Amino acid sequence: MMQAALMVPCYVDTFYPHVGIATLELLEKLGVDVVCPKDQTCCGQPMANSGCYEEARATEEHCARVFGSFDYVVTPSGSCTHHIRNKFSAGADSPEKQKLVRNTYDLVEFLHDVLKIRDFPWATFEHKVALHTSCSAIRGLNMASMSERVHDTVFSKPKALLSGVSGIEFVEFERVDECCGFGGTFAVTEEAVSAKMGYDKLAFMQKASPDCIISSDMSCLMHLQGCARRQKQDTPFYHVAEVLNGVSL
Amino acid sequence: MSTPVDQAKNAERFLADTVHEQRLDKLLWAMRMRRDAAARQVPEWEELRTLASEIKEHTLSNLSDYLIQFEAKATANGMIVHWARDAHEVYDLLAGQGSNMLVKSKSMLTEECEWRPFLERRGIRVTETDLGERIQQLDDQPPGHIVGPAIHKTTQDVAILFSKKYGSDPENEDAAYLAGVMRENTRPDILDARAGMTGANFVVAETGAVVVATNEGNADLSANTPPLHICSVGIEKIIPTTESLAVFVRLLTRSATGDRITQYTSTFRGPRKGAAMHVILVDNGRSARLGMKRFWHSLKCIRCAACMNTCPVYRRSGGLSYGSTYMGPIGIIMMPTFEIRKYSELPFASTLNGSCTNVCPVKIDIHEQIYGWREVMEENDQIQVVKKEAMRVADKVLSHPTLYQIATTTVSTALEVLPHFAVYNRLNAWGKHRDVPEATTQTFHEWYRTHRPKTNEEVRRG
Repeated sequence: MMQAALMVPCYVDTFYPHVGIATLELLEKLGVDVVCPKDQTCCGQPMANSGCYEEARATEEHCARVFGSFDYVVTPSGSCTHHIRNKFSAGADSPEKQKLVRNTYDLVEFLHDVLKIRDFPWATFEHKVALHTSCSAIRGLNMASMSERVHDTVFSKPKALLSGVSGIEFVEFERVDECCGFGGTFAVTEEAVSAKMGYDKLAFMQKASPDCIISSDMSCLMHLQGCARRQKQDTPFYHVAEVLNGVSL
Repeated sequence: MSTPVDQAKNAERFLADTVHEQRLDKLLWAMRMRRDAAARQVPEWEELRTLASEIKEHTLSNLSDYLIQFEAKATANGMIVHWARDAHEVYDLLAGQGSNMLVKSKSMLTEECEWRPFLERRGIRVTETDLGERIQQLDDQPPGHIVGPAIHKTTQDVAILFSKKYGSDPENEDAAYLAGVMRENTRPDILDARAGMTGANFVVAETGAVVVATNEGNADLSANTPPLHICSVGIEKIIPTTESLAVFVRLLTRSATGDRITQYTSTFRGPRKGAAMHVILVDNGRSARLGMKRFWHSLKCIRCAACMNTCPVYRRSGGLSYGSTYMGPIGIIMMPTFEIRKYSELPFASTLNGSCTNVCPVKIDIHEQIYGWREVMEENDQIQVVKKEAMRVADKVLSHPTLYQIATTTVSTALEVLPHFAVYNRLNAWGKHRDVPEATTQTFHEWYRTHRPKTNEEVRRG
């Protein structure tokens, strides 16, 4: 039985525990022996992303200690995965850190590339969805093709997985991979621009009349949902893990 | 000591005017779409980008040799070549030319050196001959975009401005009419001027030629009408050969506007009969940047503005919000090399989404450099104290599981502590245009302890 450690991003732990639960249940359904280290906190991205490299050190080193012994570390977050894989340089180098950097996967990558799962027979989702994939996932982890790279083959790992859920239908919308405006601390340091980007992203999606909005990154959704609720839109938002786990709308 | 430019605040002001913001966003996004369409028609597009990047890296790595080669060839062609370390040396050179009126075509280098105000203070009248640049000159504003200096203005703005400055019809917003008004008013200056100044997009070492790309033909008028042509060029604009020029010509306009080529791509090989041509090779901080291990790649830039057009932050902030000569993603990574304190906030005017890097025709890793500049700002103590303190608290909480668990046990405390890294300096910034996440009764880890008690016991400790 394959063992994997579940890393629950700090904001998911706090604000979206149901996304952590869906990820856990989904991995369990797929026969993974899930270990959830109780001392886990955060990957250090919020600090490092703000330029506060020094302030990210202890958190990154803690993260490496907690997760550094696993062959697979899985997290339902493209941005945390991107940070660990590509930006994890604040803490001291160690064998644990190297192992963590090598072995961390976004949930979508883990299902798509490691377990190579395409069918989710327990899940039915007869709705039209607008799928948003984060910039970290697209341009940081290559989880989907990039619109700027016009000669590349078009693909999307989250879409490939969701296509294994019966009844699901995708709506097309303009500027599909334009940033939603979250950007970590950017969301508050550049509050006005960030919110405008969120409102614009929602408007493009809403034009396509989806039943709900789905993403593999809860941070983008926290921002988009905040924008939507302020505009009195009640469109539901789901993490990919919830849909793959068989949530009903 | 200069105060840092508050790009966020400037952007907020720009956003408050929805007409201009929406127009800029649509216009530049359309430009990005045109760029995509143009790239699609060139099957070897990605190979071209790689080639262009390699040529630039090679040239920058052998910069002095190529510059000396250029000087020898250009001199042999009859040009007079000057070397200028910084703006002041440039001033000295120009002041010696003894002309009280100068016409010039668009050049970001002259903006960078603040050449126009310098000359005007010394009694030399300067007329910009590029339409957008002239609009900005008349409005006493710096360019808002490096390819379309007045792109943030509507035709109505221009009609009103021209009516005030030229007495034209304030109600007539027809672009052709407005261009005509400008032409009528600047042509006499072109005929009267004793000197014409241009920038350069490329200088070719092998032939000693200077290449200028424009759409209005104004650079050709400025260079070819007065008896003196002064061409100022940043030293990083050098390329080895005419063959390599072809690579850049194919990339430049496609990346900038989606056109295959500009209306005019003019090569100046030497002075025309009876006229003089001076080329000023300007350093102005470039050599210093070339020595910066992490940031010298920004010298590859060919000023196409594709990174600005695709940047979702730029499109919603307007170019003037950056308070700098170069703006948008490329501005963020160039400006701190000129003045670190003044531009210390610019690296934070980005979501690090990476679109800029993907459209860059010379493959500058722009968003990685933005990230790198954030770290430099920390190393140089340019990060606001409140923000740093909030990050210090976050690190302390997030590196101690017990503190973290206490902080997150009740969501109300979590809201206090966790998004602290989010709400440090502009109080309640999150909630101004967005709702906060709904309160939950239990964290994931609390749920996990009760629902997977057995597994929990077996879990390895950190």
